[in-house]
This record gives sequence, structure tokens and C-alpha cells, in this order.
Amino acid sequence: MTMSRLGIQSTEVIDRATKLRFKWNGKRFSGFEGDTIASALAASGEHIFSRSMKYHRPRGILTADYWDPNLLVQVGDDPNVRAGHRLLESSMDVRSQNAWPSLHRDLKAANSLLGRFLTAGFYYKTFMRPQWLWPTYERVLATFAPGGKIDIDTPHRYHDKRYSHPDVVVAGAGPAGIEAALAASATGAQVLLVEHQHAVGGHLRFSSGDADQAALTQLQATLAASDVEVLTDSTVTGRYEDNWLGIVQRNHPIAVERLIKARAKVLVVAPGLIERPYVFEGNDRPGVITSGAARRLINLWGVKPGERAVVFSANADGDAAAADLDRAGVEIAEIVDARERRRISSTTGSSRAVDAVVVDAGLASNQRIDADLLVVAAGWTAPTSLLNMAGDRPVYDATAARFFPSDPPANVLATGGIVGDGSLDQLRSHGAATGRLAAARAAAVRHRLQAHTARALAVDGTEPAWAPDERSPLGRDAHPELYRSDTHGMVDYSEDVSSKDLVAASKEGYDSVELAKRFTTATMGPSQGKLETVNTVAAIAEARGETIAEVGTTVWRPPYAPLTLGALAGRVFEPVRVSSIHPWHEAKGVTTIQAGQWIRPDHYGDPAAEVRNVRENVGLIDVTPLGKLDLRGPDVSKLLNLLYVNKWSKLAVGKVRYGMMCAEDGVVLDDGVTGRLGEDHYMMSTTSSGAGGVWEWVENWLQTERPDWRVHVTPVTTAYASINIAGPKSRELVSRVTSGVDLDPDAFRYMEVRGATVAGVSGCFMWRIGFTGELSFELHVPAGHGLAVWEALMDAGSDLGVGPFGLEGQRIMRLEKGHFIVGQDTDGLTLAPSTGMGGLIKLDKDDFAGKPELVWAADRRLPQIVAIQPDNPNIVPDEACQIVRGDSNEILGRITSARFSPTLGRSICLGQVEPELATGGTKLTVLLTSGERISATVIDHHAHFDPAGERLRG
Amino acid sequence: MLLVPCPNCGPRNSADLRYGGESHARPDPATASPSEWRSYLYLRDNPAGWLRETWYCASGCRRWFALERNTATNEFRGPPLPGDKRGGAA
Repeated sequence: MTMSRLGIQSTEVIDRATKLRFKWNGKRFSGFEGDTIASALAASGEHIFSRSMKYHRPRGILTADYWDPNLLVQVGDDPNVRAGHRLLESSMDVRSQNAWPSLHRDLKAANSLLGRFLTAGFYYKTFMRPQWLWPTYERVLATFAPGGKIDIDTPHRYHDKRYSHPDVVVAGAGPAGIEAALAASATGAQVLLVEHQHAVGGHLRFSSGDADQAALTQLQATLAASDVEVLTDSTVTGRYEDNWLGIVQRNHPIAVERLIKARAKVLVVAPGLIERPYVFEGNDRPGVITSGAARRLINLWGVKPGERAVVFSANADGDAAAADLDRAGVEIAEIVDARERRRISSTTGSSRAVDAVVVDAGLASNQRIDADLLVVAAGWTAPTSLLNMAGDRPVYDATAARFFPSDPPANVLATGGIVGDGSLDQLRSHGAATGRLAAARAAAVRHRLQAHTARALAVDGTEPAWAPDERSPLGRDAHPELYRSDTHGMVDYSEDVSSKDLVAASKEGYDSVELAKRFTTATMGPSQGKLETVNTVAAIAEARGETIAEVGTTVWRPPYAPLTLGALAGRVFEPVRVSSIHPWHEAKGVTTIQAGQWIRPDHYGDPAAEVRNVRENVGLIDVTPLGKLDLRGPDVSKLLNLLYVNKWSKLAVGKVRYGMMCAEDGVVLDDGVTGRLGEDHYMMSTTSSGAGGVWEWVENWLQTERPDWRVHVTPVTTAYASINIAGPKSRELVSRVTSGVDLDPDAFRYMEVRGATVAGVSGCFMWRIGFTGELSFELHVPAGHGLAVWEALMDAGSDLGVGPFGLEGQRIMRLEKGHFIVGQDTDGLTLAPSTGMGGLIKLDKDDFAGKPELVWAADRRLPQIVAIQPDNPNIVPDEACQIVRGDSNEILGRITSARFSPTLGRSICLGQVEPELATGGTKLTVLLTSGERISATVIDHHAHFDPAGERLRG
Repeated sequence: MLLVPCPNCGPRNSADLRYGGESHARPDPATASPSEWRSYLYLRDNPAGWLRETWYCASGCRRWFALERNTATNEFRGPPLPGDKRGGAA
């Protein structure tokens, strides 16, 4: 088989004036602008492109397009590139895959000698036992895995994402798809036309007929002048609920790939047909190609596919291929016409090339015809993937020898070759009728969507009637049923699955198509069934002695064509939140920690020193992410009584109270302080991580359970920058920058709130609370002034030893004080009484969230949160270490928080334990991560430090 | 992805909303038996057919509302019922 470049073809898409140089397995080659990698190599005389997956057989061109299973190559660091589709670029470094040490001398081809042992299920059966050897098996087998090499040092490349809301999306820009897009657009509908190939036109592109070329030119011109948005080298990869579509655009000018998420009101599926290979002995020998491959090579890229050809033709496309070959100077040795019941039986030759084609001559002896090329036109596969994803199950038609759509939902329409046969004019007019129907239905869908909106959009007029489908259906041409000849051959080229394997699988009981598929891996390779599904079904049907219609087909799932993980990950839209004080932290070389969307200061180098400074002098921590809800209205106290387990009716203006919230199952949901700023004005704080959830929770109660209550909720988390000023010198520091507040300990006491002007900024409020256990003022400043106030505090306190502290320092200090953190020391099963703050729960209230469960829990003995100290003060157990009974593995609890306390010079913990272990003095055994068991003691109070709380009241 | 008709914002991707699940009435906490309360907490009708369910327009108007959806076809039928939390299978 010798391939070479032909003279100029009128239909070619290459620019012979632009030569592109590239490398193939280290050697220099050249091609033209417009070539695919494969066409450039073929024009240079290359005819082996890969080795097959299992047997490492040499493989050449089969279909010469995106779906060609034999044309997967490595381009630079990009593995599994489809050389039948990817356009050639200058300086490309192209290498073959799955061949070692080289494409032409592949040692693993020895596998083909073992072929009769490597039958379906060989790996499943052989490498099952003994199980302990699996890691070894896996290591060895991994070297046999096909596919390219992934370079973990590949730099991150840019991927993009786009959202689109067209009226009509047309998948496939063949003549029917283009007509559908034009007709829909002509009615004023917004249309997106998506074409998998590099250019629109479908099969017209590689048809040399004058009428076809004239039609192509006219369609291209009309499309260019229309309002239709056209995406080429792009694929509708999936159809989901309500016509939510994934579209991957491969030819974006900047992004490697762009994922378009489109919400189409109507989807038109017009993918055309995919040519099906024929199964016979030697059907994967290089030199056996489809009729489409022959026509693409000659007409698109001017490549002569061989010297002497046998054409096996069952249809007009096979005949057209014979004409193209003849025109290209390929000697036609024989046209074997399947419509006259003639069949190809096998090819002969070396593993690298066909030297002859054996034709089944019926009763007479087989006829052997010398040839280096066998062109096969055996029939079609209808790529019904997008219709399957919409719930449609294709139905087999034996007369037309292919599957057809049955009953897609009303907002999904199909047109073109997938629904029937006809002349070009018939296909075009069916496409146009489909486009008009799609636009009419899209208008109705648009109206219906808007009508759902009671207030936001005024809807014009009445809903358009749902347009009935009055298209005259396309006919179905009779076509010989050609699946397997009288010999066995390759069914799935990607996975090296032969018809013999499928027969064997069926005999072993894997005779349902879905089972056989998984057992043999037929249809599961890179072609994903586009070429091999129907032949697989046919082989199983034959083995079962049933018809294809009875066996049915596999379900095609997304994606229609592969897309990179980068495209799926896309651009990251996740926002990052920082406080207005963050530039100061960064200037101080802060180490940050991510908490939800927030980037927060963790420490500034030495968290233990930060703790000591707070305990001795004064420290500032930026607690802006603390959730803050501004609550106004006459019924706020009723709302607080309903949400928290404790009572709120008597909270005076200027006072602050700690509250615990439970979900309706009695499990702790959130906690925080709420202050009364005015008669009908409260400020609720939530945990930083709970801010969003609590807001939703509050809205749910107000909107669904108590819609008559007059409460207005405004989330103000980011409207205020929040600064906690903690330490024995905090009052002195605050007094230096604050006006309008009497800071005297008797005038502004612990658990009180005041409005204030701080560092000249009015509209601040502060409350005296403390998570650290020190005298502290939590200051909330209008967010834009946060940095200025923080800097003013730092300046004013320089002689007091003021310094910043981060989340880690705060966590140490709160643990020294034994304050639990919701979600850290509690979990999804921790009922409110387990927190050691059961005294807060007021069961005499009429109602509050979770009350019934807490009533029933009152006489149950529940696990308890307790403070624990390891007896060896230098051992800090990992969080989540189990507390066990003695030397057994009986679990009695776990460590929920643990740190080394710089204040006490020892390790300290919080943990949850069974109720009988909760009393002070109880000895515990903690099972460390290392497996070592240590002894620890439950202490009397949650607070390891200052249990009487004298420091914070000062 | 499901397109959810928010009464205020219009049709929105379901990812823009919080799914509140099957709508269900809250029993009177003063009189509910443990089994009634736990049925409110955990048990759902889960019909294959028309279901009344709640949604929270978390990225839009921040309203909770109830809608009837056919779980077999994902059709919605109006009108949306702002704030409603009663009934399950519809």
C-alpha cells in the first residue's frame, strides 16, 4: 500500500502554498495548512499509525476522521490526540502511542501470538487470585495499558467557560442541520449551530459531485450572511434535563477548550450517519479503509490512498468512492457489489499491508484478487446519543439495516440522515421544516417560562399554540444487512475485540448486550461505540440466534465526544473573600488559612507568642467573617425565642446574650451572641462558617412558619469589619481611640453592647464578650473603615505592647477556656445537652426549634463534651483520636480538639465521652494515631484556665 | 439541570436554588408524639408523580416557595405558593 499526494483537487481544503514542518517519531516530515496530522503523514507515504491495544498489531487509517480508532497519537505533552481530526501545526512533535520500543519493531506484538489465550475476560479471570498479588499485577499490567504519556509537569493552561441561552441549538451542520438553523433563524429565533468537524457542510464537503459542491457553496454563503451563530470544531457533548446542553469548543482562540453550558428551548439533533466497518478476517489489516476514508483522503486533502483497489459497495457512497478512486488514478481491480449478494471473505498479506482480497464466490471456489487497498461501504450507524440522553430508545429497521429514533421528547427534534434517506433536496427541506417547527416550539417554551414569573416579567399575549409536527417524513432506503461475513474479524478496533470474542462471551452467558459490552469491553474504548456498536449487537444476535431488533442496543451516555478534564473544571468562578484589613496582614507576612470562601490570618509567625501577648498585654484579631444579621421589627424577640434554646424576652437594650441554636432534631446548629441595640433593633452574630446557613434558616422560619411576624432580616457580615481587642490592657487601648462611650467597668459591663465612634469613625458598635477568656471588646466598624481603625489601634497601643493574633492563637485560647466550636467539638449527632450547656435550654418555653427532641432527651444519658488533660503534659493527641476502654478497642469517645497551651505549659483537649466518663477526675485511655495508648484525666470544668472567668469580667 | 420557575426571578438553574425537599407540615410541638415528630423529620412520601416541594432562591430573591413537580417527568405546574410548607404528595 503506497499513499501519496495527488495533484490539486477542486474540493481540497489544504493550502499548498503554506508548508508546515513537523516531526513524527523524531523524523522530519511536512504537510500543508489544512491537513490533519494523519493526512499529512499519509501524503508522505506513512501507513502505520499505531499498534492495537491488546495484540499490538500494526494499524493504519480506517475512517480518517475524528472517530478513527487507529489514529490516536501523542502531540508534545498532549496524549491521545486524534490525528484523523487534529489539524497540523508547524513544529508539532507527534509520536506514536502504545508501541515499544518503536512503532515498527513493537516487542509486545508477541501478544498476538498468545491471541488465543488473550480471549475476552482473560484479565478478569487471570489476575483475580491471589488477591495479595494484585499490586504486582497492576504494576506490570499498567505498562501494557494503551494511551499516551501524561507529563505531570505540564503547565496549567487556560480553559474557559461560557453560558448561553439560545432558542434553538442545532447539533450538526450538514445540509439538513444548516437548513434547520437557517429556517429557525429566519423566524427571528436565536440559533446556535454546532459542528463537530472543522467546517460546515457534512458529507457535501468530501463529495466531488458538481451539484453537491454548488449546494455546499450556496449553504456556506447563506449561513455566513445569516444571524446564526456557528461553532465549528465543537461538539454537543451531552443533553440533560430541560435541554441543558454541554458544548465543548475546541478551536477557541485563547482557551485550550471552552465548555459552553447552553440552555436551549429546543434542540435539533442532526449528526448525520457514521459509516460502519464490516467484520471479516483481516479487516484490521492496514489497507482496509471505509468508503468515507477514501473520499476524505482524496477530496479534502488530495491524498491517493493506494495503487490498486477492491471496492466493496453496498450503497451510493461506495459507488461514489469507486468513482473518486478511479479519478485519482487508483486502479480499480474489482467492485464487489453487496447489492448483488457478493461478499468479501478476507484479506491476505503481512501484518503491515494487504496484498490481496478474497471474495466469497458462493458455491464456486473463492476468488483472490491482488490489491493493496480494500475500500468498504457496508452501511451506517445512526449516532443517536443525544436522543438517547433525552430518553429516546432507538429502534432497529432491518430493511434499512440501521437504528432509527423512536419517540424523542417534544423539545428535541431530529433531522437529516439520522431520521431517514432522501435526495439532497429532500434532506434540505426536511431540515428547513424541522427548523421552522423548532422555532415555533421555542417561542411557546419561551412564553411558558416567562409566564411562570408572576411579577418580574410582563408576558405579552397568550401562549403560542404548541406547534404540531407536520413534517413530511423522510423515506428509508433498502440497504443490505451487512455485519459479519463468513469469517471472523475485528469488531472493536479500539479494544481489540473480535466477533469470536463476542461469540465466546455469549457462550459463557454474557449474552445480554450490556453484559457482553462490559465483559469484552467492546464499545468501551476511545471510539465509544460510534463505529462498533451495531456490529457488536449483530455478533451477539447471531450467537443467540436472534434478530438485532430483539437484542436491542446499548445506551449511549454523555459525553458524545471526549473533552478534557480542564474543560470540565473550566474557569474557577468561586469567589475568594478577604476582609478590608487583609492588606495589613499581608504586609506583616501573615500565614493564612482558608475557611469556607474566606482567607483568614492563621498566625504571624509564632502563635504561642501571640497567645502570651494577649494574656499579658493586648492583641487584635480580625474576625470580620463572623456572621452578622441585622434584625429589626417588633417581633424580633419572638423570633429569637423560636430559634435559640434559651430565653430572650427580657434582654434589655444595651445587653448581649449568648445563644445556642438547634435544628428540629435537637442537634446543635450554631451559636453566637445577639445584642439588643435598640427597642426593635438587634444584632445577631453567628459562627463564621454558619453565616449563610443561619440566614437561610431564619428566612425559612419567617417566610414559611411565621409569615405574620414583623421582622426584617439584613445580612451585614461584610458590611462591618470586626476586630476583637483582647487582653488585660484592652480597655486602656480602646479608651484611647473611642469617644461617646463610658468605658468604666461599671458603666459598660461584660455582656453589654454600645454604639461608638472609634478613631473618628461613627456608626460603630462594640460588645464586651470574649472567646479568649480575656477582658475584650469586639468592635464592629463600617467595613470601608476597617483598615484605618485597625491601624489606629495599632498606633495607639504601641506602648501597651499591642500585636496581632490569628485564628490559631484564638483557637488555643478558646481551648484554654474550654469553649466548644460547633462542627469541631460537636457533630451531626450532638444534641444540645451534650455540650455541657444544658442549663441554657428552657423547656418551659412554648416552642422553639428542636424542642420536642430536647424534651425527650432530657431523661436520656447522652455523651458529653468534657475538658481532658493528658497525664503526660507534653503529649498532644491528634484531633479525632479515639478514647477506648483499657487495652481493648471499645470506643468510649474521642478527642475533638487538642493543642499545647503556652499559658499552662501543657497539652489540653476537649473531647466527647460516654456519660459515665464525664465526671471530673475520671481516668481515660487515649489511643494515639501511632497506636500508643496514653492516660488522660477529665477535669472538673470545661475551662483549663481561669474557670471562674475573673479575667474577662475585669 | 432542572430549570426552576422562581416566582420572582423567573426560570433559574436549579443550582441557583436550595432544594428544600418535599414540603411537609410541622406538627404542633406541644402535642406531637415521637413518631409524628420523627415522621416530620425523616419520612417523605417520595411519589413517582406529582409532588409539592419547597425551594429557596438562594442566589436570587431569597424567597422560599413551594411548587408542584411531577417527579416522573420533571414538569412543574403552577402557580408557585410563596411561603407555603403544607402537604407532600400533591
